[in-house]
Amino acid sequence: MSVDPNGQLTIAIAAGKGGTGKTLVATSLAIAIDAHYPGCAQIIDCDVEEPNAHLLMQPELTAQAPVEVLVPEVDLDTCTRCGACARACQFSAIAVIRQAVLTFHGLCAGCGACAYVCPVDAITEVTRRVGTVKSGSAGEIDFVTGTLNVGDQRATPVTKAVKDRIRDDLITILDAPPGTACPMQETVEGSDYCILVTEPTPFGLSNLQDAVETCRRIGVPCGVIINRDGSGNDGVERYCAQEGIEVLLRVPQDRRIAEAYSRGETLVATMPQWRDELATVYYHITDMVAAQATGEGVS
Amino acid sequence: MNASFRQLTVVSGKGGTGKTTCLGSFAAIAHDKVLADCDVDAANLYQLLNPTVIDSGDFMGAQIAVRDEQACKRHGECERVCRFDAITVDAVDELACEGCGFCTIVCPEKALHMEQVACGTWYQAKTDYGPLAYARLLPGAESSGRLVTMVRQKAEDIALLQGKQLILIDGAPGIGCVATAAIADVDMALVVTEPSLSGIHDMERVADLIRHFGVPMTVIVNKADINADNTRRIRQYCAQRGVEVLAELPYDESVTAAMAHGVPLVEYQDGPVAQGIRKAWSSIEQMLGV
Ligand code: SF4
Ligand code: SF4
Repeated sequence: MSVDPNGQLTIAIAAGKGGTGKTLVATSLAIAIDAHYPGCAQIIDCDVEEPNAHLLMQPELTAQAPVEVLVPEVDLDTCTRCGACARACQFSAIAVIRQAVLTFHGLCAGCGACAYVCPVDAITEVTRRVGTVKSGSAGEIDFVTGTLNVGDQRATPVTKAVKDRIRDDLITILDAPPGTACPMQETVEGSDYCILVTEPTPFGLSNLQDAVETCRRIGVPCGVIINRDGSGNDGVERYCAQEGIEVLLRVPQDRRIAEAYSRGETLVATMPQWRDELATVYYHITDMVAAQATGEGVS
Repeated sequence: MNASFRQLTVVSGKGGTGKTTCLGSFAAIAHDKVLADCDVDAANLYQLLNPTVIDSGDFMGAQIAVRDEQACKRHGECERVCRFDAITVDAVDELACEGCGFCTIVCPEKALHMEQVACGTWYQAKTDYGPLAYARLLPGAESSGRLVTMVRQKAEDIALLQGKQLILIDGAPGIGCVATAAIADVDMALVVTEPSLSGIHDMERVADLIRHFGVPMTVIVNKADINADNTRRIRQYCAQRGVEVLAELPYDESVTAAMAHGVPLVEYQDGPVAQGIRKAWSSIEQMLGV
């Protein structure tokens, strides 16, 4: 192969819906890259609502850091109950009701507008923990995972915190949250390439179409891996052909894969032949990204 | 809790465990209900039910900052206060904008204002299985708990108007705002899980969320026979918490075939999976008193 890993690509693995095999592909791809370029792979689990990659990778997590956001704290002795803070807040996260000032931290975006507008400086911003980032390694693979606290609804700060750990000197695989909403977009944005994992059913197709449109909108090139190939119909294949989206790999419907996954085994651990298949997918992506970069350079 | 109708949300924590298969079948079995597809980010239930739309409307999403480029004098105050790196003197990054409006407050030229953007459409529809409320997000749009709440509201309107006794809600995966909005204030949350390590892990997280809202929980274990040990672990977990396991469904590849044909499983076959779902449904009917 002519391409060396100095491209340091960031590849996001996403899916229009959960349960299509996204984490199975992400973990196995990281292992395949590591097998070909030992010590050059990193995997980051960006599905902070339901992180799963650690279950398959069994990493040794050696460091842990809190993810904190700023929330307002009101000094009621200084506060004149003027209501300026409540008018400034777009999220109804702070309210002045008769003699009390109520703050709703679950709704707060941590923007700081309330503290800025308060005429008597009664508001201080204090940190509140919304999640955790843990890091370590699985063999030689650099491993990062984030967890949103149960009961907290805003995943964005945790997603950002894990993405801050992307290392430029490593080939990074991002395991994206399912769907095409904000958490998925925040993950995929800025990646060099996005692999969309889907299954060959009408649902898989419709979720895939949404995901493709999302990738196009945020300007990340994408290709498809069909999981449980042979189990449904050919709608996904026809759509990809029509749209000129490359099918990078087909993983067959196989009870053995489902059983191995249930035990927390990766695809390549169960069926080592997939290691080379996935490495080929990686090389191919490297070529495509490089070709695109040169193409853009010329034009 | 509501006197005139009961609400059941089906969730999975992790996607792909068979939530829509169960729900589609419940839709075919249950009487006198309204369906609400609240998995707005990957709405699949409505596709299975072949809806005819009777009413629809725009869903206005979050606000974003919009700048009057003529009025802007490039002071850069906006850029300095924005904590989301969403604005520079050159451009607004719509994806990054959280809609807090801080920039509009500090701009000395009043060149910025907030605008709501349409980010999806809600629908009321009829299907062969009863009335349905659902929503579609524009691709790339930001999903939100508010959209879920809106779909539930539309379903409740129908239930009240037509005197239905049950609302069947397809919930969203995860534990964030969309998942939360589908669980709040329902009469029962049914978790469809599978005996994989991730299935268990995600079930435990969504169970915490359900408990957080004080909602009674039940469980269906799908593909129960792919890992007997893990299925036992799920049973133990549930037994310890007084959660009833309504059914254990076997691994069956024809389930995907039913999906590919676009029909609810119970109408496609009557194998062990379909029978398990029927059994689960009669337990649910008893528990909810419908
Ligand atoms: S920091 Fe922003 S979101 Fe939070 S209460 Fe203040 S104004 Fe509202
Ligand atoms: S703006 Fe300041 S003084 Fe006015 S109500 Fe809010 S905290 Fe109190």
